[in-house]
This record gives sequence, C-alpha cells and structure tokens, in this order.
Amino acid sequence: MTALLDQAPAAPAAGDRRPPRRRPRRGRRVALPYLLLLPALVLELLVHLVPMAVGVWMSFRKLTQFYIRNWSAAPHAGFDNYRVMLDFDSAVGRNLLHSFGVTVAFTVLSVGAAWLLGTAAAVLMQSRFRGRGPLRAFFLVPYALPMYAAVITWAFMLQRDTGMVNGLLGRDGPDAPFWLIGGNSFWSLVVVSVWRTWPFAFLIVMAGLQNIPRDLYEAAALDGAGWWRQFRTITQPMLRPVNQVLLLVLFLWTFNDFNTPYVLFGESAPREASLISIHIYQSSFVTWNFGLGSAMSVLLLLFLLLVTAAYLAVTSRRRRIHA
Amino acid sequence: MREPRWVGWARRLVLGVLALFTGLPLYAMAASAVKPLGDVQRDWRWIPSTITFRPFADIWTTIPLGRYFLNSLVVSGAATALSVAIAILAAYAISRFRFPGRRVFSITVLSTQMFPGILFLLPLFLIFVNIGNATGVALYGSRLGLVLTYLTFSLPFAIWMLAGYFDSIPKELDEAALVDGTGPVGALLRVVVPAATPGIVAVAIYSFMTAWGEVLFASVMTDSNTRTLAVGLQEYSTEVQVYWNQVMAASLIVSVPIVAGFLLLQRFLVAGLTAGAVK
Amino acid sequence: MGIRQMASAAALTLLAATTVAACGGGGSSSAGPKELVYWASNQGTSLDHDRRVLEPELAKFTQRTGIKVKLEVIGWPDLLNRILAATTSGKGPDVLNIGNTWSASLQATGALLPFDDATFAKIGGRDRFLGPCLAATGAEGKPPTAVPLYGQAYGLYYNKRLFREAGIDKPPATWSELVEVGKKLTKPGQWGLTLQAGQVTENAHHAAILGAQHGARFFNGDKPALASDAAADAIKQYVDLMQVHKIVNPSNAEYTDTAKSLKDLADGKAAMFMNQASAGSFQAVGMKMEDLGVAPIPMPDQFPPGGRRVNSFVAGINLAVFKNTRNLDGALKFVQFMTSTEEQVLLNKTYGSLPTVKDAYGDPAFQTEDVKVFQYVLSTTAEPLPQVPQESQFETLVGTAMKSMFADVAAGRTVDVAGIKAKLAQADQQLAAGS
Repeated sequence: MTALLDQAPAAPAAGDRRPPRRRPRRGRRVALPYLLLLPALVLELLVHLVPMAVGVWMSFRKLTQFYIRNWSAAPHAGFDNYRVMLDFDSAVGRNLLHSFGVTVAFTVLSVGAAWLLGTAAAVLMQSRFRGRGPLRAFFLVPYALPMYAAVITWAFMLQRDTGMVNGLLGRDGPDAPFWLIGGNSFWSLVVVSVWRTWPFAFLIVMAGLQNIPRDLYEAAALDGAGWWRQFRTITQPMLRPVNQVLLLVLFLWTFNDFNTPYVLFGESAPREASLISIHIYQSSFVTWNFGLGSAMSVLLLLFLLLVTAAYLAVTSRRRRIHA
Repeated sequence: MREPRWVGWARRLVLGVLALFTGLPLYAMAASAVKPLGDVQRDWRWIPSTITFRPFADIWTTIPLGRYFLNSLVVSGAATALSVAIAILAAYAISRFRFPGRRVFSITVLSTQMFPGILFLLPLFLIFVNIGNATGVALYGSRLGLVLTYLTFSLPFAIWMLAGYFDSIPKELDEAALVDGTGPVGALLRVVVPAATPGIVAVAIYSFMTAWGEVLFASVMTDSNTRTLAVGLQEYSTEVQVYWNQVMAASLIVSVPIVAGFLLLQRFLVAGLTAGAVK
Repeated sequence: MGIRQMASAAALTLLAATTVAACGGGGSSSAGPKELVYWASNQGTSLDHDRRVLEPELAKFTQRTGIKVKLEVIGWPDLLNRILAATTSGKGPDVLNIGNTWSASLQATGALLPFDDATFAKIGGRDRFLGPCLAATGAEGKPPTAVPLYGQAYGLYYNKRLFREAGIDKPPATWSELVEVGKKLTKPGQWGLTLQAGQVTENAHHAAILGAQHGARFFNGDKPALASDAAADAIKQYVDLMQVHKIVNPSNAEYTDTAKSLKDLADGKAAMFMNQASAGSFQAVGMKMEDLGVAPIPMPDQFPPGGRRVNSFVAGINLAVFKNTRNLDGALKFVQFMTSTEEQVLLNKTYGSLPTVKDAYGDPAFQTEDVKVFQYVLSTTAEPLPQVPQESQFETLVGTAMKSMFADVAAGRTVDVAGIKAKLAQADQQLAAGS
C-alpha cells in the first residue's frame, strides 16, 4: 500500500523518465491506461463501491422487517439510527461500546502475537539448518487450511468435558475450566486467530528477509558486530517497510474478522468475546434491522479509515526521517 | 553469519513450541477422523482405541461433499484466473503510465480493503437481484455471482502486489519491445508477464485462498446446487446430531489437495513477495 | 490521502448508487406453471435423511397432479437468511417451511400469502386443523400467514433404568418433586437433569414456559414488557436447577445443540431432559428405547397469582406460500397434499412429530403412550409464544441473556433476581430501539 502512496510524488513512475517522443496515434495512447483499468474499475464499482454507497443510504433509513420487501420505500430515519447507538446510556449504545472495546483488545493482542511469532520464526530460520524446508512448509499449513475446517477443529478441542485442551492441561472433573463460554472465551478467540494468521506474518517477514543483501551482514561481521547487534542494526531497520504494510493488513483483517468467532461460537458469541462484526450481524441479520446495522457498519468504516490514515501518516513520516 | 550459542537454544525452543502449537489441532483433526462417532463424543483420548475408516466413506453421503468440493474449485479457480488477469492489466497501467486519476484510483481501490463485509452484503445481494431482473443474467444464487464477488475481494491486494512487482522489472525491457514495433499490450504480454511469473503466481495463490475460505457471502448468495465447501461443511452438524468424526474426516480430505498445492507453490509466493510487494 | 481525491471517489460512488437505488425490489419466483419450488426445513437426522423421506412423497404428488416439485432442504442456520433473501428480492420458493414461532415476524413483511377463509376453503377448510396449532400461525385477529405442518410439544424425557436403580417409580409432576428426584439421581458421573443451557432459542422457550406458569406476559400488545417480576422469578427458577439445586452438570452451559443432551441421557450420564418429541433422535444416538420414558413437564406446586396451567408452548413447523408465486393454484394443491391425512400420518410418524390435522390421530402410530403424552400437552396445556413481529428478537435477547447467566453460574458467580431483571430491562430497551 505504501509503495503506491509514497512513491507517486517522490519517485515518478517509468513513463516520465522516458524522453518525450512523437507518437502517431496520441488519442489511443491517452486512452490506453484507462482501458487497462476499466475491468478492475467496473468490478470495484459493482461489488465494493456501489453496494457500499447503498449501505450508507440504508443507514439513514428505517429498514426493519416491515419494509425489507419493498426496501426502496423504507421511511427516512434521519440520524435516528446513529442517535440510538451513540446514546451510551441506553442498552444498545452500551453494548456497542463494549463490543468495540472487546474488538480493539482482541485486535491488538492477536495482531501483536501473530507478528511477534511470525518474526521470531522467520528470523530464527534465516540461517540454514537440517529440516528447515519441511518445517517451513509445516508452519504454513494453518494458513492453507480451509477456514471452517481449522476453526471447527479448535471448537472441538476447546469443549470442556471432551476437548483436547483440558485433556492436555490435565484438568477434568468439576474444576475443569470452560473455554467456549465466560471470560476464557476471549482468550480462546485470540489463540485461534493467532493460530490462523501468524503463518501469514511468517511468510511475509521471510520474504522481507530474503531481500536484505548478504554483504551487509558480512560487512558488519568484519566490523566485529555480534548476532544481536546485526539484528538491531541491519535486520530490524531493513524490515521496517515490510512491517509497516504487514501490520496494517493484519490489523484490517483481524478487526473485520467475522468467520472465526462465528464458527467458534455460533450466532451468539459470549459477551466477553462479542466482536463488533458479530455484534453487527446480530443487530441486522438476526433481528432484521438493517438500518441500525448499516449505521453501525458506517461508524466502523469511518473508524478504520481514520486509524489507517493516521497510521500511514505517522509511519511514513518516521520512515522518511529514518531513511 | 556466526551465531552465539544462545541463538541456537532459542531457535530450538521457539521453533519447538511453534511446531507443537501448529501441530496439535492438526493431530486432533487426524485422530478424530479415524474414531467411531461414539468415541469422538466421549472424553478426549490421544490414541484412538478403535480405528475405523468408515467416516471417510460416510462423508460423501451425509452431505453432497463431492458437489460442494467441485463448486468450491470452480468458483475459486475462476475467481483466481479472472482476478489475476484483471490485476495484470490494472497493475501495468499503474506501473508504466502517468495519467490523471491514477492516485485516486489506487487509493479508492485500496481503501475497499477496509469495508466491513457485513455492510455491503445485503446491498450487493440486492444489486445482483436487480441486475438479474433487468438483464436476465442470474448473479444471485449462481456461481457467476460468487466468482465476481470473490475476484473483487482479492483484486485490490493483487493490483498493489503486481504493480510493485512490475516496478521492479527494468523498463528498458519493454522499451526495447516497443522500439521493435510491438504495441504496449504486446510488450505487456510478451515481456512483462513472463518476467513477472513469480509475482503472478503469488497473487494467484493469494486470490485462491481468499475465495476458498469465505463463509459470510457464500451463506447468503448460494443455494444447495451452488453451495461451496466453506458453508457446506457446516451441514455435518444438525440439531440432533453432530458428526464430529465426519467433520474432521471431510476437513482432512478437502484440505489435503489445497495444502499440497499451496506447499508446492509456496516458493513462488516467497519469491513473488520478495521482489514485489514487500519492497 | 487528500480531501480532493476522497471527495471525487465519494462522488463517483454516490452517482452510481443513485442509479441503482432508483430501481427497487420486484421480481417473481423462478418456477413455471407446471412446477413448484419447495424449501423444506431440516427435520430428520441429516439433510440427506430429509431428502430421502420427502422425495417419494413429492413423486406421489407429481403423479397425481402433473406438477413437478423441486425440493431444497435447508439447514436451520441458513433458513432464516434464505427467507430474508427471498423476501428482499422477491425471488424465492413457491412453498416453504417456517418455524411456527417466526409466523408473526414473517407476517409483518407481507411476503407470505395470508390464509383467509376463501384460501382455507381451497385446501379443505380450517376446521381440519388442531386448534392450538392454528394459534401459532400469526398475529391474533389477522388471517394466518401459514398453516401448521408438523406439531410439536415439550415433554420431560427420563431414563427408566436410572429411575429404577434409584428406586423412583414415577416421573415428577411438580417442580419440587423434580428437584427432589433430581437430587436422588445426582451422584458422581451422573446428573439428575440435562439442559441445553448454551442454546439461545431453547433457553428462550423454557423462559416462556416457566414464565407462563409464573403469570408473566412478555408483550403488552405489541409493546415489549420483558422486565416483570414474574419473568425474573421464572428465569431464576430455571437457572437455579444448576445454581442452587445442583442437579445439572455445569458443563451444560456450553451445550449449544440437542445432540449432547440426547447423548447424556442415552449414556446414563443424565436422568432427565426436557425437550420436544424426539424419539427418533434418541434412537439415532443409541438410546435403549425400552428405557426411555416421557411425562409432561412439571407444574408448580402452587400457582403464583396470575400463573397459567402451561407446560409447553405450541411448537412446530408451519407451511407457507410465497406471495410472489406464479403458480398459486399448484402451491395450494401442494399445501392441501402435505396436510392431507395420509401425508400427515406418514411424515409425522417418520419424524416423530405430531400431526396437525385431527383425522390423522386415528392412526395406530399415534396411539402409543408417548405420543399420547405429547398430544395431551399440545391440546390442553400448551400456549403459543407471543405472536408479535418482534418474536425472534425476543428469543435472541432473552436466550442470549440466559446463556450468559448459565456461563456465570458455571464460573461460580451468583445470578440473582435483581441481576436477571436488569438484564431483561436491557432487552426491553433493545427491543424498543429496534421497532
């Protein structure tokens, strides 16, 4: 993402560097890039942008079960939907706020852990050792596993009486902990999410490491720098651009994750693990109140846009200073 | 690079723990797939007391697993092929041309990655229905609708990765082709695409995985003929019976080809990411 | 990203959106005049089982009328979403099954054909159907939005072997007897009762049954009035089975499907289970059928003021016709066929549910002890769940709240009446916000 954002003003793309040349058919030259973009543009409009705009439109309507059959006639609601959920004294507003808090905590923990594990594994596997290839392949399996298969297996393992987790911990009988309800359900969700995403972080960091020229390390070794100093002075700074993108992508995926909690807990997640995506699903699809659900989604989107813009602004500035 | 002793120990420890973490669920899946239903419902046992391969036969009749598997392959495969083709064109435009609107396009497309799926699910569904009513092209309930949806999901990331990769290919290569009298599209197909193969494979893997696992949209936009695996596997659990051993057996069966394909191609993924996106 | 670029991107999308928004819903079902599309809910042990049961019957219908029926069996997690999709788009089946508790909600959408007297006349009249079942087909005072297809009622299943071993000769008839018997039957590795305490709708159903016994009304007309003392007492009584009397395994707090409770009873890990008629499902999990007994759910020893003699709600499945059908005649013929005495006997026998037409009870299959218990409950002490458009929200909110109460109990925290009432008051606010 940053490649595009940063590079455009600073380093002009290829076309500019070419000396101006007379071309016989200029009209076609001008139209060509647009023609190349056309299929992508049409699809983005069809699947993302227009539905998105319709969603925003819905958030200003009273779109309940009484109107879904003829949804274009749903009455105007003005800002009512927004008012209801932003009234934090009411149950709706309080629950939304709670769910938002849970989601933020979940995202921070899950992204942090996935990134840490991915980086640790990638760095420790930088140098050759016996069995490195097979181990690397093994680590990537969770990423390649179909989502449903992976999460349902975890749900199976996390059952209190018959699950592998309690078996592993040697906890059974009346004191055995629950993992799918109550406070522990939050940690279950984090662990399952990390299990599914850390291989992706591993993959990306691994690719980033291969980009670091070997001679940098050799030169540092000649200067007498030890392993730790090489890691601090070469590996870390060279990985910074990779991390900038990786963390953002992981953040967006994790924050919007619907599939993991839905398969793990079903339609009603425990309060402690009620992620915002599930919360919105309950407020719209389960209760057929699409106006309110859309309004919640719009707020969520605004939040994500804000965070992303701020993140890019901060990290890009830091990059420029460091560079 | 010479390593101090502790790094070696740290490596054994960290990688060992990670291998255990990765492996335990995989073991649970494999072990449960060969247990009789009664045993899976009882306390967890590390080593199955009875081993049976019945679940591997039953999975095909309890639900139409074969059809779902085929649907998933067709939908994910078509979405991948189209996504890659469209991303190549768009990435080429972004990498090799300067034109008004270039930045607006890039930013708009990338910001769609932030859209919460739940927000545009119902509108997208309504649009598909309306297109169907107006033109007779069935998008709702059909594989085509799902293909279009999934290919668009992976498109932003695909364009961005490929544009990065194309940037790393020396412009002199396609300029030489242009001088030889080939058009820009010819240069793209004959010079840039072959040079960018690792990047293209990486994008294809990513697109495939995105489409393969999606649940939310598939659950609303398919019927029993077009249902994909990600949704269909849920049918092993009904109100009165959860066929845990069959769920595990089916998960195993459908995962094997995908995991194998992924592992075979993963070196491209690393190479593609190395030269492209990660720069 | 610059404001100018954001603005132009937004303008572009808005422009496109208005064009799309201009053309609203509409459309019709996909079947032609000699064809019907039928959505069946999951009644058997798997979707495949349902197909095997229904397909020969549909072939029979085709043979008699020349109308082909395209069957799609839809699992419960999907069914409501599919109906939603059909309702918004106008593209759906011709005939479909709905959970009868959804009747009023779906009636409010206007997507289903109302069964007024003229329509009832075409399918053989209203009087053929059991009165209580007809009460669960939509809001009072409006023509039904569907007709009853499979009847269901709640009963108390118990394991006769465990009862014998403990020297108990008859099932409990009152709640204090249930607790007493439950305590006798609770010992290491065995519990008196099993509950689907993690299942949202089941929790809500029991809240409704016990609520009626305590005199609670959850709605005042269409207005939500969940937070009453009677309702809080009812829920407390249910939760106390685990919390105070400790005759329920705390593990039940994570039971989200019936399968686990059925299995516990079959394996002798629990002695009693309150559930809908489900003999077939017990058989499927390996229950010794001669050990399976059933009795009505207990009544209070003494009814609180306003308490009603209710120990089940009118459960079951209704059959509805999609208003947009192009083949109304065929659809009604199909409804008549599915509710004919012959099919009612055959299908309800297979699924272990109760016929919804009176004549079908003449069949010997419905003269057994067990079926008579359910039939008696359904016709004398069952009342429908609130027939209001917000019924499904009611179930979701109350059931979810109860699920978290059980989670609290399982974790050793205390659930008291005041806390329950506060949660119900929250649910009231949420219902009000959604209307």
